[in-house]
Amino acid sequence: MSMAVDGRRRGSLAIGAVRRDFAPWADPAATPFIRFERVTKRYGDVAAVADLSLDIFEREFFCLLGPSGCGKTTLMRMLAGFEAASEGRIVLAGQDLSGVPPYRRPVNMMFQSYALFPHMSVERNIAFGLEQDRLPKAEITERVVEMLRLVQLEPFARRRPAQLSGGQRQRVALARALAKRPKVLLLDEPLGALDKKLREETQFELMDLQVKLGMTFLVVTHDQEEAMTMADRIAVMDHGRIVQVATPGEIYEQPASRYVAEFIGDVNILEGKVSEAGEGRCTLAVADAPASVSVAGVAEPLKPGQEVALALRPEKLVLTHEAPPAGTPNVFAGTVWDIGYLGDWTIYLVRLASGRTLRVSRANATRFVERPLSWDDEVFVHFAPEAGVVLTR
Amino acid sequence: MDVAPRPPDRGAFGRALGALIPAVPFLWLTFFFLIPFVIVFKIALSEPATAQPPYRPVFDLSFGLEGLSEALSQLSFYNFSLLFEDSLYFSSFISSLRIAAVSTVLLLAIGFPIAYAMAKAPERWRPTLLMLVILPFWTSFLIRVYAWIGILKPEGLLSALLINLGLIGEPLQIMNTDTAVFIGIVYSYLPFMVLPLYATLEKFDYNLLEAAEDLGCPPLRAFWRITVPLAMPGILAGCLLCFIPVVGEFVIPDLLGGSETLMIGRTLWSEFFSNRDWPLASAVAVVLLVLLVGPIVAYRDIEARRWEKAK
Repeated sequence: MSMAVDGRRRGSLAIGAVRRDFAPWADPAATPFIRFERVTKRYGDVAAVADLSLDIFEREFFCLLGPSGCGKTTLMRMLAGFEAASEGRIVLAGQDLSGVPPYRRPVNMMFQSYALFPHMSVERNIAFGLEQDRLPKAEITERVVEMLRLVQLEPFARRRPAQLSGGQRQRVALARALAKRPKVLLLDEPLGALDKKLREETQFELMDLQVKLGMTFLVVTHDQEEAMTMADRIAVMDHGRIVQVATPGEIYEQPASRYVAEFIGDVNILEGKVSEAGEGRCTLAVADAPASVSVAGVAEPLKPGQEVALALRPEKLVLTHEAPPAGTPNVFAGTVWDIGYLGDWTIYLVRLASGRTLRVSRANATRFVERPLSWDDEVFVHFAPEAGVVLTR
Repeated sequence: MDVAPRPPDRGAFGRALGALIPAVPFLWLTFFFLIPFVIVFKIALSEPATAQPPYRPVFDLSFGLEGLSEALSQLSFYNFSLLFEDSLYFSSFISSLRIAAVSTVLLLAIGFPIAYAMAKAPERWRPTLLMLVILPFWTSFLIRVYAWIGILKPEGLLSALLINLGLIGEPLQIMNTDTAVFIGIVYSYLPFMVLPLYATLEKFDYNLLEAAEDLGCPPLRAFWRITVPLAMPGILAGCLLCFIPVVGEFVIPDLLGGSETLMIGRTLWSEFFSNRDWPLASAVAVVLLVLLVGPIVAYRDIEARRWEKAK
């Protein structure tokens, strides 16, 4: 834990988008709202979730992120009550949920397919959960109107789901899940069925909504961008285990392992060996580098001779035509192998003398460039000691 | 300017063929339903005679127009009024409708769980299960109903089994009763109930049941509020496919039913073959048809409205 804190705040430096007033996970006195306690879920011989412990705090926007089959959906379905844990237990607001059927759990889920009732109008869909609680009619009507307003679907109250667009259906599903004011809202790939533009808009809408309602959101997604944008914290999962739980900034800038570094964003991974190790810094012998590489901001204790990986994010590499001034650390020489122009960014693939290719990205901050880079140009790549991350796993 | 692409010219023959294809069902129905029905209706308006054919008048075009109009003037609705005067026919109709209604309810109660289980079965098993449902059709319907006599008769297999198990002391007396008829009908018509139900339930999105449960709805209530309404097209189709033919069923009540099992199919048969009263038998057939058109039209109406709503 202290290592992660070191990684996050070195002196006055911080990483990621920081929500200053909200970090219960960093407060040892805070009580978790949802606790997965050594939960295992086995299907036959296969463990979909393996001995997993996780704490989620009240009002947190939490993302379970991982490739398909990593167990994230199983984990969510166990919280919803559709699957029973083979071992371990799940506690919500102090209540052990073992044996509580889905229809008695104070959580609601927004399904990936939305699962709207096709034979009911939008308002009847939203009212469905409230009717199950046998609330008075007037209150149901009031709550339905409130929900319709919240998701801006008032004109569509009497339509059937089949008569709505994908984005509208997504909002009906959201309104239906929110109507009962659950303690936790579960969202299974909530934006998966939307197109890119709408997905981005909806991400911000969901974030606003979550803050406004003060509700705990648990989102399952395989889309790292979605998770990075929305979440307070992300749990990256792989083969039924959590490999890292941290804020989006930490996940990106201080990945705990090679798997996380490669799963989130683009990264160059160079194999190396520790030649010197000091407090928070080290020197590596990297096969692809002509000289030794120095890295600062190292979170883990290292021993000389240890085999490690060096993770370099493409945007943290500096690309120049001229050789950097003498004394600049971590310089690589190479030729431009390929260029991908994306508008906001340009991606350069630089081939090093060793034959290995580095991915370098550069923001197109100005419209005009004095001396543009072209294919086969002889170039130099360098990076600051703080830019690299040493990975031992 | 955009020019709409013109469909390729298929030639005169192609066009004629294109126009003919939609006409095929109409032609079929005209030749094999409408014309026979008009003939039967005409016979229903005739009177019985000891002749060949056994009714009068017979249209004979050799008498010319005069003969035709003379023949037409002899037609009467007497047979239809007879149907309403003689309580035998009325109670046959009522009894048929009752037996068909009870059978349909039984079929639905048995067929729904079967179809549901099939739809929930692993995908690789489904074709096999479907085959098993259809399999009885590979044997003659008549033989299968006959086989039930061997099972249901007092010295038959069922009684022997139950006596050997010690469940009953004396042979079952269900052969030649309504019970036997119900057993026969449910057995024979089950595929007609299961297949449309399965077709609907197979497409059913079981996520909806999870969504209902998630929203606080216990499984049984979710079944009534979600599964049943969404399975309604299959339920209606299955019920009609069973109800309509069962009303006119002849073989099963004749083989398994007793003398008191009154069904319109048997009445019709005995009028036709025992009494050789073709006109009266035809009148029974016409009334039966009119009775059954009712539910068919209602079904079509419901389906049309469903389509309207889905748009």
